[in-house]
Amino acid sequence: MDPLKDSARAIARDVNARTTSAAEVAEALIPHVERVDAQLGAYLELTPELMREHARRVDARVAAGENLPLAGVPVAIKDNMCLTGTRTTAGSKILETFVAPYTATAVQRLLDAGALPIGKTNLDEFAMGSSGENSALGLTRNPYDLDRVPGGSSAGSASAVGGFEATLSLGSDTGGSIREPAAFCNVVGFKPTYGRVSRYGLIAFASSLDQIGPFARCVEDAALVYDVIAGKDPLDATSVDREVEPAAGALRDDLRGVRVGVVKEFTLDDLDAASRAVYEAAYADLERLGAELVDVTLPTAEYGLATYYLIAPAECSSNLARFDGVRYGLRVDGADVGEMYERTRAAGFGPEVKRRILIGTYALSSGYYDAYYLKAQKARTRIAEDFARAFERCDLIVSPAASSPAFRFNAKSDPVTMYLMDYYTIPGSLAGLPSLSVPCGAALPEDGTRPMPMGLQMTSPLFTERALLGYAHAYERATMHAEKLTPVA
Amino acid sequence: MPTDRIDIRHVARLARLALTDDEIATFGPQLGSLMTHVDALAKLDTENVAATAQVIPSRNVQREDAIRPETILPRDVALQNAPQVQGPYFRVPRIIAEEG
Repeated sequence: MDPLKDSARAIARDVNARTTSAAEVAEALIPHVERVDAQLGAYLELTPELMREHARRVDARVAAGENLPLAGVPVAIKDNMCLTGTRTTAGSKILETFVAPYTATAVQRLLDAGALPIGKTNLDEFAMGSSGENSALGLTRNPYDLDRVPGGSSAGSASAVGGFEATLSLGSDTGGSIREPAAFCNVVGFKPTYGRVSRYGLIAFASSLDQIGPFARCVEDAALVYDVIAGKDPLDATSVDREVEPAAGALRDDLRGVRVGVVKEFTLDDLDAASRAVYEAAYADLERLGAELVDVTLPTAEYGLATYYLIAPAECSSNLARFDGVRYGLRVDGADVGEMYERTRAAGFGPEVKRRILIGTYALSSGYYDAYYLKAQKARTRIAEDFARAFERCDLIVSPAASSPAFRFNAKSDPVTMYLMDYYTIPGSLAGLPSLSVPCGAALPEDGTRPMPMGLQMTSPLFTERALLGYAHAYERATMHAEKLTPVA
Repeated sequence: MPTDRIDIRHVARLARLALTDDEIATFGPQLGSLMTHVDALAKLDTENVAATAQVIPSRNVQREDAIRPETILPRDVALQNAPQVQGPYFRVPRIIAEEG
């Protein structure tokens, strides 16, 4: 038993069987995380006392005869989710001192299931970014090469699990913010169907897209978290009231009879040779497991990025209007209330957040609404229809999770170049589909010295999470790519 | 040219965001370049296509008009993060000009 390396399932099994205790897990993890995180910077705040308190509670519940699905499992929480009494900053100066007065439903469900909170993880400010570099509060490194980005926006949640600083973590995904960093950090990252997981207590970015999901070092652990956090929440009107079929324990080991869609528009020809070889091998492995590869087409996928970069900023400009220096967060005084608003927001938001607020405000402003926001919503309909048509011919769609492995810090200074990282993840987000990234190998970057992990994205029809996790599980069991790499930190 | 396409000062006023001259000089071309990228959407035929506000079919639902204590913050907790309070209130700078 090694609580630093074991799967969530193994830790919960041992704690429930009382062959170890949650307190022992916590005491093993706390000094380890403090040491490793000095290098990785995955966390904005560690909560050792809270972790010990929850460990005591879990041990008492287990002693009283309860069996908890996540008994004693250390989890990290992206810092755009509220946890009572902890700072919840969204990686922004405007919320640097904000202390959450309540707990997000997804987080509460993890804690009720016996998980132990290690701390709050770094992120691109307000979850806007693809590298982690947009955090105003800290720098998070990739555990497989400290000179490279962890991906974003769930930078710390991916880095913590990939670097063995947490067994599990929660992230949020709007256009790829779970799947892309999961690919970069050699972990499984899973975005359930839009509406599957309550967003009560998640700081909103783009409300028609945001979804909470898990990071884990194996598919079964991701399924375990999904089973705990999914389902209707009366506190989130957008959460879907639909039965959740438990996924963990029902995962398949082969792909016989499964039709795997390979998208014509997601050609591998755009990738460098090393990356292309990784995905060609991955597709061949799927076939070897019994899957039938089917060519499908998503003719509107090329419009995904343009559609997303209207819808997400428009919704962000509306959601972030609440940060005005009145009820919480930073305030910079001004002569009148208007000047106070303008100065507060100028000092509190970083450049990427400002850019998106400006784009969104422009796209929604008088005279432009039809040409931009409405047009994008119609494009979104067409993209969703394309997926529906493709799924008549296949059970899931595969593609790269990102257009390259993790890149070096400051390698992408132009915003549009950075946005292109999400080329593969955005169309599925716009269609609300369940989608995940599973480790599929490593490629040596042209400017690198170590092979960097890569992720295979799998996307399936709405509400087919259990099937999707099953496909990923079969692929993972047959290839075991994650275990071939060792973190440097 | 992209640089001039968006009146950044006007948009920043709408967004209640004070910008420095440096920011205006940087953001102008960046937003222009993004909007040029976005222009590609015009090529997509959306005639007779309904707009999607969100992808999951949903309908209006009603719930009982009852208090949910778990969603109510006590007043002191609701005020704990406020930059400035006065008694049980959030305090803000003057909103209405003095008569004069």
